[in-house]
Amino acid sequence: MDSMTLIAIVSIITAGLTIAIGSIGPAFGEARAVASALASLAQQPDASATITRTLFVGLAMVESVAIYCFVVSMILIFANPFWNHVIAQAAGK
Amino acid sequence: MNLSPDNIIFWQMGYFKLNATIVYTWGLMLVLVLGSKIITRKLSTELQRSRWQNLLEIIVTGINQQIEEVGLKNPQKYLGFLGSLFLFVAMSSLFTIVPGYEPPTGSLSTTAALAICVFVAVPMFGIEEAGIGRYLRAYTRPTIIMLPFNIISEVSRTLALAVRLFGNMMSGTLIIAILLTITPFIFPIIMSALGLLTGMVQAYIFSILATVYIAAATRARKPAQESESEDRKNNINEK
Repeated sequence: MDSMTLIAIVSIITAGLTIAIGSIGPAFGEARAVASALASLAQQPDASATITRTLFVGLAMVESVAIYCFVVSMILIFANPFWNHVIAQAAGK
Repeated sequence: MNLSPDNIIFWQMGYFKLNATIVYTWGLMLVLVLGSKIITRKLSTELQRSRWQNLLEIIVTGINQQIEEVGLKNPQKYLGFLGSLFLFVAMSSLFTIVPGYEPPTGSLSTTAALAICVFVAVPMFGIEEAGIGRYLRAYTRPTIIMLPFNIISEVSRTLALAVRLFGNMMSGTLIIAILLTITPFIFPIIMSALGLLTGMVQAYIFSILATVYIAAATRARKPAQESESEDRKNNINEK
């Protein structure tokens, strides 16, 4: 197995693992945040504007972790620097 | 496959490239500036107003209200900066209904530029409001040990702002591009409707986060509200 194949295999598997593991945590976190926001909305409908705004900002904060993982996996698949390096070396030979 | 509109090049002469990001950014700026210029050309205070004036008034008062709710006492001062941030990001995702358009916020250079604007504006507003000494001293709260962490949080939240917006926009276009190859009928339309929703939410979040950062830098340095502001600042840092 040459280094090119090895890099391809490792990149693809890592990209999948990154998005798989990286989305579990934010999913649980967002679920808990939405659940407690719904509970407090039911208790205090008057404060809905504040609760909704805080919920959205918090959700964006939580979700950004998943987005980072997504960006990393997209870089691994579509703009992999190691892969480009190997390709450039192979072309240079 | 194009990861960002930077890769679509319309015109090139030597080192200078005219890529889709630049073209669509300028197009958006033209639409925003010319549109508001034309609408505000004949403003009226009568009972009967034009529809477009009503639209602009709703947008402006809405942004004003949101800024005030976050806790900035004098929203008119920040309306120009925060409002244009919101309008630019919102319009750039709203225009995705036009075929052939790529949102310029799907490129990391645009979002990094917007985030750097926030990064520069926060200390500017903070110093203007509290004076340079008191602003700088806030970095050493609660103790001097926290100084490097406060500086790191300043930089890392700028990075987070840029990557969050970029990731959301890029994922929207990418998902539609992938779906077009798998299920070219109907389903991409649903996903682009979802993309419009996430685009609006991201525009809201981007501007509200900028507002929160500015509020944390300005409000807080008043000695009377010291303890309360400290709590708030810690909350923001934890995020």
